[in-house]
Amino acid sequence: MADLATRTLPLSGFHGGSGAAALSVASPATRISLRAKPDAVAALSGVLGLSLPTKAKTSASSNGRYALWLGPDEWLVIDENEADLMAAVASGNVLHSATDISHRNTAIIVKGRGAAVAINGGCPQDLSLAAFPVGACSRTVLAKAEIVLLRTAEDTFRVECWRSFSPYVSTLLAEAAEDAGN
Amino acid sequence: MSGANRIPGAGRLTPAKTARFFFDGKSFAALEGDTVASVLLANGVHLVGRSFKYHRPRGIVSAGAEEPNALIGVERDAARKQPNVRATVQDVFDGMKVISQNRWPSLAFDVGAVNNLLAPFFAAGFYYKTFMWPKQAWKHVYEPQIRAAAGLGVSPTEDDTDHYSSRYAHCDVLVIGAGVAGLSAALAAAKTGARVIICDEQPEVGGALHYDKSVTIDGQDGYAWAQATAANLAKMDNVTVLPRTTAFGYYAQNFVGLNERVTEHLAKPDKKLPRERLWQVRAKRVIIATGAIERHMVFANNDRPGIMLASAARTFLNHFGVAVGKKVGVYTANDSAYEAAFDLKRAGITIAAIVDSREQPGEAVLAEARSLGIDVLAGHAVVDTGGKLRVSSMSVARNGGGGARKIAIDALLMSAGWTPSVHMFSQSRGKVAYDAETQRFLPGTYAQDCLSVGACNGTNDLQATIEESLAAGELMSNASGFTASQKLALQGANAFAWTGGMAGAAEGAGPDTTVKAFIDFQNDVCAKDIRLAVREGMHSIEHIKRFTTNGMATDQGKLSNIHGLAIAAETLGREIPKVGLTTFRAPYTPVTFGTLINHSRGELFDPTRKTPMHALEEAQGAVFEDVGQWKRAWYYPRAGEDMHQAVNRECKTVRDVAGIFDASTLGKIEVVGPDAAEFLNLIYTNSWDTLKPGRCRYGIMLREDGFVYDDGVVGRMAEDRFHVTTTTGGAARVMNHMEDYLQTEFPHLNVWLTSATEQWAVIAVQGPKAREIIEPLVEGIDLSNEAFPHMSVREGKVCGVPTRLFRMSFTGETGFEVNVPADFGPAVWAAISERTEALGGCAYGTEAMHILRAEKGYIIVGQDTDGTVTPDDASLGWAVGKKKADFVGIRGLRRPDLVADGRKQLVGLLTKDPAVVLEEGAQIVANPNQPLPMTMIGHVTSAYWSENCGRSIALALVAGGKAKIGQTLYVPMPDKTIAVEVSDMVFFDKEGGRING
Repeated sequence: MADLATRTLPLSGFHGGSGAAALSVASPATRISLRAKPDAVAALSGVLGLSLPTKAKTSASSNGRYALWLGPDEWLVIDENEADLMAAVASGNVLHSATDISHRNTAIIVKGRGAAVAINGGCPQDLSLAAFPVGACSRTVLAKAEIVLLRTAEDTFRVECWRSFSPYVSTLLAEAAEDAGN
Repeated sequence: MSGANRIPGAGRLTPAKTARFFFDGKSFAALEGDTVASVLLANGVHLVGRSFKYHRPRGIVSAGAEEPNALIGVERDAARKQPNVRATVQDVFDGMKVISQNRWPSLAFDVGAVNNLLAPFFAAGFYYKTFMWPKQAWKHVYEPQIRAAAGLGVSPTEDDTDHYSSRYAHCDVLVIGAGVAGLSAALAAAKTGARVIICDEQPEVGGALHYDKSVTIDGQDGYAWAQATAANLAKMDNVTVLPRTTAFGYYAQNFVGLNERVTEHLAKPDKKLPRERLWQVRAKRVIIATGAIERHMVFANNDRPGIMLASAARTFLNHFGVAVGKKVGVYTANDSAYEAAFDLKRAGITIAAIVDSREQPGEAVLAEARSLGIDVLAGHAVVDTGGKLRVSSMSVARNGGGGARKIAIDALLMSAGWTPSVHMFSQSRGKVAYDAETQRFLPGTYAQDCLSVGACNGTNDLQATIEESLAAGELMSNASGFTASQKLALQGANAFAWTGGMAGAAEGAGPDTTVKAFIDFQNDVCAKDIRLAVREGMHSIEHIKRFTTNGMATDQGKLSNIHGLAIAAETLGREIPKVGLTTFRAPYTPVTFGTLINHSRGELFDPTRKTPMHALEEAQGAVFEDVGQWKRAWYYPRAGEDMHQAVNRECKTVRDVAGIFDASTLGKIEVVGPDAAEFLNLIYTNSWDTLKPGRCRYGIMLREDGFVYDDGVVGRMAEDRFHVTTTTGGAARVMNHMEDYLQTEFPHLNVWLTSATEQWAVIAVQGPKAREIIEPLVEGIDLSNEAFPHMSVREGKVCGVPTRLFRMSFTGETGFEVNVPADFGPAVWAAISERTEALGGCAYGTEAMHILRAEKGYIIVGQDTDGTVTPDDASLGWAVGKKKADFVGIRGLRRPDLVADGRKQLVGLLTKDPAVVLEEGAQIVANPNQPLPMTMIGHVTSAYWSENCGRSIALALVAGGKAKIGQTLYVPMPDKTIAVEVSDMVFFDKEGGRING
């Protein structure tokens, strides 16, 4: 019997940024891409233990589990405690599609008074608290990369991207974080 | 003292803070805050450049962004040189090197000035008329000569060592310009709580307050009020104040580009600071407060160094403390120039005379001139000037004729009035309207949510400007839902209200004259050139502009457009608005490429995507190739091997033992839902409802027109779940293609698509020993041929982690593709790699993969197909479900030309000489002896040396190819013609037994 394979995380050990916007890698999490029609939302919310948001640019969270509205029938569900989300939604027994994307995505945490300015180094969205309050989320772009942005606190954002884009995203954020401090 | 022409006590610079810089190698002392122009003038240097066409000596005309003449090169070091910088906006920093342009060998003696003597031959439209024939001369004589002469300045040849930044920003109100109008508007907007960005191109706010010392706001000195107001605004959380920042482009939906020059003025910039910062601002409302630009007078020889705008002379005196001359003449059609004379006179400078083209100058300024003892010649004109490298005299004559009198001067100030800066308004697609009374184009019909205030809106009076701007600031904030708690009021006062102004040629430069009365200094366009253009049939201002190049220089006609228009209108005998106004286009002033793109250089030029196993492959010696954004292991050379040897070894090893290959970049799409099979039936040509869970099928996808779009193996994981693979390059577009059809054509289906490309690391293990390699690592899957035949998929564990294990092959060998969640990829790769090498196998790269698949005749979509190939053309007709009622492309496949005989079909080619490898892309002919141009009947799509076959192999698209099997065709190359025999597409293991081993 072979040894159990170990995980190699993208951006392993990466941290950086500036006094205005510190960058760090989010810890491993489970993630699913959840697709369902409106009539399944209640049941899926029930088994996930949070209310799947139905309004654009909003998210719900509960005990380290986040559900981000990405489209009228699409959510990104993230569980920081690495719970089995595929099993959880399957137990709802309603029509839906779930795909495990735990390893597809990785996330960078941008934290500090200049966090929004740093992200605006490549993201054209209005990240003021009025337009993008705590809990707001969006599938958007960071220059040439697609990202999913979630504001977890007034000065903190979670930037989700596909793993192979993470060197680009982190390099761009590091430069922008530096400039946000100027 | 930093220059003989500094007036003690004048200006706002601090004498204690000095800097030293070099102009054409000569050292100058400057004060902090000086521009290159102000230092040169402080030292009596007016000659700063040569004009573009005639190489006439030219001086500093303005004190701002509109400068047409004083273009210089600025150098920090060998890598950091910038050509065509306007000396009037470039701050001096210690150690800076400035070089003059468009002269050789020196500024004072310029060989190109011979063009001035040849001027009669260089009339407007000269290029169009002269270089007509002979045709050959264009390529070899005219064009190289013109190109050598064209262009200003010299670009740096080394890489820029600075870095740049880019930032998006949003605000409720963007205020462009921070003079009295802009500051008042920003203040009113800021007090409502709205998010405000205010930018100004100058180092300090204030606009016209730089020169107009007479202004007070609420009793405070105007300039001091401006600085205090900006400082207060900057302290507010909802306000961003951006000096040294030019709004250069106004785009759709209030999207405005700003160029912030962060370190251009610093001697030793902090390395952390970007040189320039691009702001891309989306504003709910925009307030345009861009002021007005003074026009010059159009008269004979109005371009000598020392002749400049009156407001510029005031700026140099009142802001920089520099007198532009000792005996100064003024030529004006407008009251504002009088104030320049007053300020200079009070500073102790002699005013030779104020020559006013009007019979009746404004009464107030006239009275003041008298009380200061300044000679005013009303109803007079300057009809000529003298002086070589600097103006030395003006010839003044009574309007309507009479003898001219020569007055000695060393500077001549001029003002024909003020042109409202409607650039931003016009760029916003607003329509300007002509105000006949004041002879100005003013904002007319708005196209976007913006408002013009102050001088750019035609508002002259100071108090009216303040009130208009305060109101605008409040109004534009209201639109975003912000209201003021109290009304703001400011009281402004200044010395004189201005009257007057003219457009077009002045006395002595009229229709019957041939004097050089310049309207566009930079492009050397004179009044007579406009008239010539009209005489030659150009009646639209757009034609006149292009024929004469008026307004087409880097200053885009900030001084010249109105004059050109007025002269054209006069010549045509039409009203100015009937002749039209050319469109204002971005950028307002030149923007460096650095600002626009240098924030995305190097690593940030484009994402570089690497697979999870990249580092391990690198350690194994892999050489990588670029495939789209991906880096893929190309081949793994061992000591002493070149690419050819490495690839041959890899190919041989795979077939003799086994190889391990990183296939992670293949696109993967998870298709989930009860209607998943039905959806795939519609997207692919084959049928999917018969595919059992645990089995795989190769699928072909067409476009609507019936041509092959992509291919890949699809595994059915469960009744309602498919694991679809696509080509590496096709991953994103196939996903879009499928999603497009799902949403628009098949929305009734209960199925969803998710990209899973990066969820999985994919390790292909191919070769006779593939099973033996993975067997000890796999748990929960019976790997025997019976339990797990070719084209099957199982879920289980490998190295203790979950896997989707595919039995499939792109080599024709026994093959497995181990899919594991991406983070586990490196560990599993290492384990399989270790086993592979222990059994005598090796890692192989994309080059070997290409050869191995070609040996089996497996196509690569996009290489062996080109968007005009049907499944049947590619011998994949078996993959089209004959009984299917519908799929994307089914109707396209029935088009007459897609079923006609003689289509290009994919076949194999074997060179008669087995050692010769064809070139991919080479054309194929039936008869190599036919006359040129030959009839080409196809081309080579793939060609390799096959170590396993011991000869070269190739695939080709050949017209009627399948019927030509066994025939000899020819591939003409530059040095020889290669004979080839048409064959089927399978070169190795034709029986195909190895795949089921």
